Amino acid sequence: MKLRGKVWKFGKNIDTDAIIPARYLNTSDPRELAKHCMEDADPDFPSKVGPGDIMVADRNFGCGSSREHAPIALKAAGVVCVIAPSFARIFYRNAFNMGLPIFECEEAPRLIEEGHEVEVDADTGEIVNVTTGERMKAQPIPSFMQELIRDGGLISHIMKNMDKVN
Amino acid sequence: MSRSMTIAEKILADHAGCEFVEPGQLVEVKVDVALGNDITAPIAIDIFKKAGVKEVFDRTKIALVADHFTPNKDIKSAEQVRLLREFSEDQAIVHFYEGGEVGVEHCLLPEKGIVVPGDVVIGADSHTCTYGALGAFATGVGSTDLAAAMITGLTWFKVPESLKIVYRGRLQPWVGGKDLILYTIGDVGVDGALYMAMEFTGPVIEQLSVAERMTMSNMAIEAGGKAGLINPDDKTKEYVEARAGRPYKFFHSDEDAGYARVIEYDCSTIEPQIAFPHLPENTVSMSEVGTVELDQVVIGSCTNGRIEDLEVAAGILEGRKVARGLRLIVLPATPAIWSEALDRGFLKVFADAGAVIGPPTCGPCLGGHMGILAKGERALSTTNRNFVGRMGHPESEVYLASPAIAAASAVLGRIGSPEEL
Repeated sequence: MKLRGKVWKFGKNIDTDAIIPARYLNTSDPRELAKHCMEDADPDFPSKVGPGDIMVADRNFGCGSSREHAPIALKAAGVVCVIAPSFARIFYRNAFNMGLPIFECEEAPRLIEEGHEVEVDADTGEIVNVTTGERMKAQPIPSFMQELIRDGGLISHIMKNMDKVN
Repeated sequence: MSRSMTIAEKILADHAGCEFVEPGQLVEVKVDVALGNDITAPIAIDIFKKAGVKEVFDRTKIALVADHFTPNKDIKSAEQVRLLREFSEDQAIVHFYEGGEVGVEHCLLPEKGIVVPGDVVIGADSHTCTYGALGAFATGVGSTDLAAAMITGLTWFKVPESLKIVYRGRLQPWVGGKDLILYTIGDVGVDGALYMAMEFTGPVIEQLSVAERMTMSNMAIEAGGKAGLINPDDKTKEYVEARAGRPYKFFHSDEDAGYARVIEYDCSTIEPQIAFPHLPENTVSMSEVGTVELDQVVIGSCTNGRIEDLEVAAGILEGRKVARGLRLIVLPATPAIWSEALDRGFLKVFADAGAVIGPPTCGPCLGGHMGILAKGERALSTTNRNFVGRMGHPESEVYLASPAIAAASAVLGRIGSPEEL
């Protein structure tokens, strides 16, 4: 699986209230959530971000609440993956369960800037900053997890496999 | 041969049916309680229905608590609670709470004896780690993990490394569990315990009430922790004995258990702590706060909405008035706490002081309702998060502190200590 896109960049400790403020959690409709994704950090983000874009942030991305609405909002806004040195543990689990790939890469905040174009190879974990030519390394995503992502998350993955059995 | 383990490892081993587990190992464990609320459970219920499953794994082991946007703040919120109600009726869920029965989930579940020592609890709410104070392995998950547990009664974990924190010394006046956990987060940082089980130990922890211990475990997630455990003792026993609806089991860390890191604090020098915007790690000691004027003070939440917290606040507010122009909002965390606060005269004290007394709800803590901040407003709150926009407008500010500091600050109109009254 290869992902290539334009980068939106954020700092460290991006919390779930920044990703999707709690005041919008009276719905779980992905399209509604996408309209408010990251708006407290950058009010224009929901209108600027587009399908295929990549988010790069500094350490402890997704800290705070357990809301699955956070990866849902990012994904619905068009973000195809998030790259950061570390992720908060509940977000880490939720992201994969929602089918949003995330990559742990220590050097990413230093070597990638907003507007750069980046390519990520999930099989090898190699990240290339296409704009500067810099290369970085993240943990590869094992093939069963890639399949889960392609299926759109844990539940659709399980249901698809149940269909196979039946 | 028995090998040494921490309390976290022992509970996970017990629930995985293993003699021994070690950090890094992936285990599938039995879940004693699976919890969801009016924000997170609707997604789990939707998943449950889409999966075509007919029945939950055990209708006595699921707790659905409509506490976040309740009393329902708008039509969408009401629809979410209706979904919980209909699902609970359909599945005959024993522990469904709304209306006059609802309390803030992490105060309600221990109070009703629904979670007990030795349990594995997962909750689609990050502050599920609160139950670590009773010696349970409890952690927050997303709605998908909740749905899977509602179906199977199982969940998987990577066994976390443990971080032991030893608290020694003698506490200064007005310093308690909230100050100790804020101090700890200030020291290790908001990702200082990332993926780890925190274990709070030492003579100071032994002296804390169960309520204060819950305040500490509640905020383990604010240091990135997966759990915040306290070894159960006589105080735990006394608390649980009167409440537990089923058998419970005490697990204790072995003396020679392995820890990723051990930190020791001399608590004698720790002052009341205030976390400045916009992260719980931005802690400042009371003597260094300076002048911070306030528009609002909130006393309540899963962190500090218990009867002991209201008792401290009432003791300070008795015979005093809230500063002119400041809004004090008091939210007793459960119906039982509300009722006891009424019986013991605390609500009269709050009312006479000029406070707004609300129902049990998470409301303002997450900027939901019942105490939202306008642009540029500043609140001091006994809650657990002070992220940008957490309590309202993105340009408002939240400061975190104990009920004692909150009560004193409400009178002073600025952040201050009871010593100044």
